[in-house]
Amino acid sequence: MSNQEESKVTTAEATVTLVKKSHRFSGKSLLSFPYILWMGAFIIIPLIMVVYYGLTSKTSNGFTLENLKLIADPINQRALFLSLKLSLISTLVCLLLAYPLALILKSMKLKSNSFVVLVMILPMWMNFLLRTIAWQNILENNGIINTVLKALNLPTINIINTPTAIVLGMVYNFLPFMILPIYNTLAKVDDNVINAARDLGANSFTTFRKIIFPLSIPGVISGITMVFVPSLTTFVISNILGGSKIVLIGNVIEQQFQKVGNWHAGSGLSLVLMVFILISMAILAKYDKETEGTNVW
Amino acid sequence: MVKKISQKVYVGLVMIFLYAPILVLIVLSFNKSKSRSKWGGFTLDWYKSLFQNEEIMSALYTTLIIAFLSALIATVIGTAASIGINHMRKVPKTILMGITNIPMLNADIVTGISLMLLFVAVNFTLGFKSVLIAHITFNIPYVILSVMPKLKQTNKNTYEAALDLGASPISAFFKVVLPDILPGVFSGFLLAFTMSLDDFIITHFTRGAAVNTLSTKIYAETRKGIKPEMYALSTLLFLSVLILLILINRRNDSIEKKRNSVALAPSK
Repeated sequence: MSNQEESKVTTAEATVTLVKKSHRFSGKSLLSFPYILWMGAFIIIPLIMVVYYGLTSKTSNGFTLENLKLIADPINQRALFLSLKLSLISTLVCLLLAYPLALILKSMKLKSNSFVVLVMILPMWMNFLLRTIAWQNILENNGIINTVLKALNLPTINIINTPTAIVLGMVYNFLPFMILPIYNTLAKVDDNVINAARDLGANSFTTFRKIIFPLSIPGVISGITMVFVPSLTTFVISNILGGSKIVLIGNVIEQQFQKVGNWHAGSGLSLVLMVFILISMAILAKYDKETEGTNVW
Repeated sequence: MVKKISQKVYVGLVMIFLYAPILVLIVLSFNKSKSRSKWGGFTLDWYKSLFQNEEIMSALYTTLIIAFLSALIATVIGTAASIGINHMRKVPKTILMGITNIPMLNADIVTGISLMLLFVAVNFTLGFKSVLIAHITFNIPYVILSVMPKLKQTNKNTYEAALDLGASPISAFFKVVLPDILPGVFSGFLLAFTMSLDDFIITHFTRGAAVNTLSTKIYAETRKGIKPEMYALSTLLFLSVLILLILINRRNDSIEKKRNSVALAPSK
């Protein structure tokens, strides 16, 4: 047994120079080996393949930028700008809806915050495509909202197959991902800190501005990324709630793969999309120097 | 007082927003009319025909098997990885946690596409196994992010004490460390299971033509109209989870009550 332990440690030292020799439990780091291999094979290598496909083409040898230049095509450009616009709007709406809710939930002093998590996660047990389709029922011209409006003799609304419906679908689908991280960071804020601020004469707005909000920034950042990225790249919500006329960048990429069959073009556009994701994260990281990774989940 | 009421109203409105579509789907599952937009009277027919519909049943079976296996494998790999990462020094730890965040922060569509490109490049047939691998891949980070905080809270000395008292590292792990982090492991599993169940985009790109999960089947039906059996099935799924959660909550409550009453009446 001890021999085995020793040999494990020596292989660890041989293979991972990262592990300190004197570390008493260096053998334990080996436990993450299957994970490292898995992520290498199924995260890193596939991403490299997207880069490779995006920078090559069927017709010409060697590397080319032609797939990336596809984004300049007017249709693709419009799709990208619309995606950026709609995802920014829905991220903002999510933030404005989620933050007060998280504050209220904190003030309720629930016994355990697992209850909040459950309430937010529970809808996911009904398939998200079906839930989005149900919004068709609610928003349609003869849908639930309009039936109610008609019964009350109020003017009807016409939002199905418009960008508004897509934003609503995005907000609906991704709101829990904004609420949970913000609530989790707020729940950790010590009440004594808030009380101390109040004792020292800060009014509730100042307390919020100087104490509560700064402490919740990691949650806000995490929430923004978890709403912005899926909104920016969705093709399902726009398909279901936007009709066939509204094309987002996600739809363009999906069609390159599933309909057109030009994987090089699809990968190239994905690369452009990833650049936008990276830019947004770099901007957010500026506001989030302290936290290492997103530990709010 | 007014503030309290308006707070409750706000929470209520958000809950209505989150649960309204679910209510719509439940109502549709009892709708006699096949059309989504007409109410044709109450019926339980869809619940009966659901179990005779082999396509839906096999999609359900595939969905559940993939969700269970991917969550289980991801929990094992992820928990082991968390312990390993927790014992690493700062630089490798930061690098690994960064890699862990990639599938969570990256767009699903890119993750799906990248995995598809890999599978095709190495001539791995797209099908059940490729979907399973893809689901494990996006599930592991959820497990790690659930287990890591619990690991950080555990007291390292208890593990060392167990070793000093003669426990082997393995039995020390199962008797001392695991009970401490079990809530995190369990919630990681549950989260992974739910994410796998609800996934469409990554499955869409990594499945072969032969494999259908509920999501991909629903997506194929969106244009022609959803079969009402689908509403019935998701209603059943949703309600069974809801009841299960209520039962677990009740049990936890009663255990707590018992503990409290024992603590209050120690004389017995």
